[in-house]
Amino acid sequence: MSARNRELATLLLAGLVASTAFASAWISGLATVDYGWLPWAALLGGIFLVAHVVARWTVPDADPTLLPLVALISAIGLVFVYRIEPGDGRRQLVWIAVGVAAFALVLFWLRYDYRVLERYKYVFGISAIVLLMLPSVPGLGQRVNGVKLWVDIGPLRFQPGEIAKIFLVIFLAGYLRDKREALARGRLKDFGPLLAIWGAAMLVLVQTSDLGSALLNFGIFLAMVYAATGRLSFVLAGLALFAGGSALLYDSLSRVQQRVTVWLQPWTDEKVHCSINGLLEYRQNCDSYQLVKSLYSIANGGYGGTGIGRGTFETVDGTPLIPYLQTDFVYSAIAQELGLIGAAAVLLLFLALVARGMRVALVAHDGFSKLLAAGLTFGFALQTFIIVGGVLRIVPLTGITLPFVSYGGSSVVSNFVMLALLLLVSHRAVRTAPT
Amino acid sequence: MNGQLIRVGWTAMALIIALIVGTTYWQTWARPGLASRQDNEIQRVAEFQVRRGLILAPGRVLAKNRIVKRNGRKLYFRRYPQGRLAVHVVGYSTVSRARAGLEKSLNGVLTGTERNLGGLVERQLDEARGKPIVGDTVVTTLDLHGQQVALQQLGRTCGAVAAIDPRDGRLLVMASSPSYNPNLVENDFGAISKITARCRPAAPLVNRASQGLYPPGSTFKVVTASAALESNRFTPASEFDDPGYCIAYGKRVNNFDTSRPFGRLSLATALKYSVNSVFCNMGKALGAKRILDQAKKFGFYERPPLETPDGERYPSGLYDKGELWYPKRNSDVDAGRMAFGQERMLVTPLQMAMVAGAIGNAGILMRPYVVDRIVSPRGTTVSKTEPERMDRPVGPVNARDIANMMVSAVQGGTGTAAQISGYRIGGKTGTAETGVAGQNTTWFIAFAGLPGKRPQVAIAVALERQSLTGGATAAPIARAVMEALLEPRANP
Repeated sequence: MSARNRELATLLLAGLVASTAFASAWISGLATVDYGWLPWAALLGGIFLVAHVVARWTVPDADPTLLPLVALISAIGLVFVYRIEPGDGRRQLVWIAVGVAAFALVLFWLRYDYRVLERYKYVFGISAIVLLMLPSVPGLGQRVNGVKLWVDIGPLRFQPGEIAKIFLVIFLAGYLRDKREALARGRLKDFGPLLAIWGAAMLVLVQTSDLGSALLNFGIFLAMVYAATGRLSFVLAGLALFAGGSALLYDSLSRVQQRVTVWLQPWTDEKVHCSINGLLEYRQNCDSYQLVKSLYSIANGGYGGTGIGRGTFETVDGTPLIPYLQTDFVYSAIAQELGLIGAAAVLLLFLALVARGMRVALVAHDGFSKLLAAGLTFGFALQTFIIVGGVLRIVPLTGITLPFVSYGGSSVVSNFVMLALLLLVSHRAVRTAPT
Repeated sequence: MNGQLIRVGWTAMALIIALIVGTTYWQTWARPGLASRQDNEIQRVAEFQVRRGLILAPGRVLAKNRIVKRNGRKLYFRRYPQGRLAVHVVGYSTVSRARAGLEKSLNGVLTGTERNLGGLVERQLDEARGKPIVGDTVVTTLDLHGQQVALQQLGRTCGAVAAIDPRDGRLLVMASSPSYNPNLVENDFGAISKITARCRPAAPLVNRASQGLYPPGSTFKVVTASAALESNRFTPASEFDDPGYCIAYGKRVNNFDTSRPFGRLSLATALKYSVNSVFCNMGKALGAKRILDQAKKFGFYERPPLETPDGERYPSGLYDKGELWYPKRNSDVDAGRMAFGQERMLVTPLQMAMVAGAIGNAGILMRPYVVDRIVSPRGTTVSKTEPERMDRPVGPVNARDIANMMVSAVQGGTGTAAQISGYRIGGKTGTAETGVAGQNTTWFIAFAGLPGKRPQVAIAVALERQSLTGGATAAPIARAVMEALLEPRANP
């Protein structure tokens, strides 16, 4: 069977699973058997069929598992966003459509040779930094929940950080392919641009006080430097620099401080200073409110979960329990309603996507393609780890999106662009394979 | 480059695997701990989705459910049709202030989580079908007519009435004044905190019948008399000289009325008229520990057994600096004073009802209980409380002798206000002076039944801030409640 036919078969299987999820979310809300969920399943299925047809046309030899995996993950995400906030669910469906359009656009544009991107690596590098700084520009940037991540252009609000992440990977892939031998030998002057990136990352951290995306971008950077040079000492030095920089800035970054305190000790037996109202409160009722409520939600799932639509996300008097449930905390909703079995299954989908992405990097022939695929995949894994790990109290909680699942336009669109790039690399690797 | 890529790939996959491990931790290992945390509102919502079992008294509903639909969810809130009548036993179950009383201690039964295997399977099936879980119904032994009379009699006085059936230990009345309406707890708690009575703080939430620690005064003489007879060193006919006072630790301890010393008198007469000096001397002869060991047999030094929460029942005994205290040596305690209920002795009305009951019941102390049976939603009895003997603090002959002394106290001694024609009543008054005029704690403990039969009621009444004696204040209240319990009429 050809790669694309296998993709279609897997996609149909994913559609079956997704339809069941839609149906159960819909029916549990109404408590009667109803077919109102069918249009949703049909629309989403249609959108991914379009993606499949585009892939069949532009990248026929690409890895057949990536698209079905993304389809299933986004379907599960959509079910939960809809279940939490139906209005956001409708908008999320539109964003998935926009994402697939962007996906198609990238595939058509770069279907002959995506390696033209390498030629513009410095353009991408500089754009990445500009995009990261954009939210700090007065008048443009919007501070939401104390973090400057958003930019308003007309009626559109978007997170430039999500796009910057891809641009950064493209720049690093191009630059490191060029300089990897020199870097591996440890030629200091070649570290210039890299140190500049490090400086920029720290600057962005101070400007936006957004630890999450600083951590993400810096992690991608270190992983790619390691992949290119094979020198673990660079990674360690980079980590030391980042830790040192953060430690120096720690006192001036009250937000980061607060996140770390909450992470170390979310529950207090005595009332402590509350940074929200300045009074003395139990920390679980104040600074760590979100984290603690989300942990309760996860724990409530147990082995089997409550079932889709049957979880508890409101208090007895009907007010929402966890703020930002459909964005940062979507995983705690999934974990409660699907339980350990379901949540682990969703994480295994992510794991499969990471494994396939890394395989694409391995089979690619040239350094740029290898680094591009590896950087994108590692970024995907690290982003998942930072947000879900934050929700699970493995690392301090920083608000970034869970790829393909969290509600949010910029995130969905940029992740589809990432998928398109992976498919392009994969297709080329198979097409030009020496037989 | 592939070697590095494989290592980066493994790192990426390890990150995801760490997330699976983390999820497993929270959903299995840490789950029970998080579920039991007070601020876990998910558990709270789950509790209110359970149709709690009813709480009943014979012929009356004490607690039922009120259904509220919210966000497509059915929530069950509590409603207490009898209001303040039985609140100190029933308690409340609310969102804002958690739970108290039987609603707290029997939460597992009322929510159906404490069931045998068959019941649990049924519960799981209901859950899977999306039906509400229905808890078991609790049927209490309370006599609401007696309960009502007790609260009426107490009025604005702070105090409590506890009454049991000494033959089997059923709790008939547990009234504490001031009382409060449990229906206000959820939304109008301010109204409860504004309740006033003839004491400050009024503390309406406190169940004075089992949480009120009062000096027992002369009612403790029943315990001392039991110890005296059980020691075989005294008989009801033992003779004493009463000079009107007694010297304890070099200090004069007066009788209640020093103007009229009794001269030569028997132990039986001393109990009938509550002569302090006799008990003082007897206490010194017996020693503190012997009296305290007798008290322990009556249930002192342990929380009286009842199905209400542990925290709502206090043990009786000597208290030192707010802590229950048992002396190491006899000389640590002024036995003479303790013998007639002073010293640091503090008791609850429930405990004193148990003492009166055991004397009336031929010396057999039955374990008090308030839950008669537990009934499943389908109407089958899940469990029924079997009366259980707790101890035999006094032998049958000695019990009969003390009972006779108490009967003569009601017939012609200090407790005449408790007489009910046609019934055999034995009682003991108590007036614990606090040294401040008008601040006495007054008592009456009694048993009552048909002549020639075992008593059906044992009662203890304690009143705060009284200026008169127990015989004048507490005995009439005990009489009214006993009458209500002995002559059942139509429900209130």
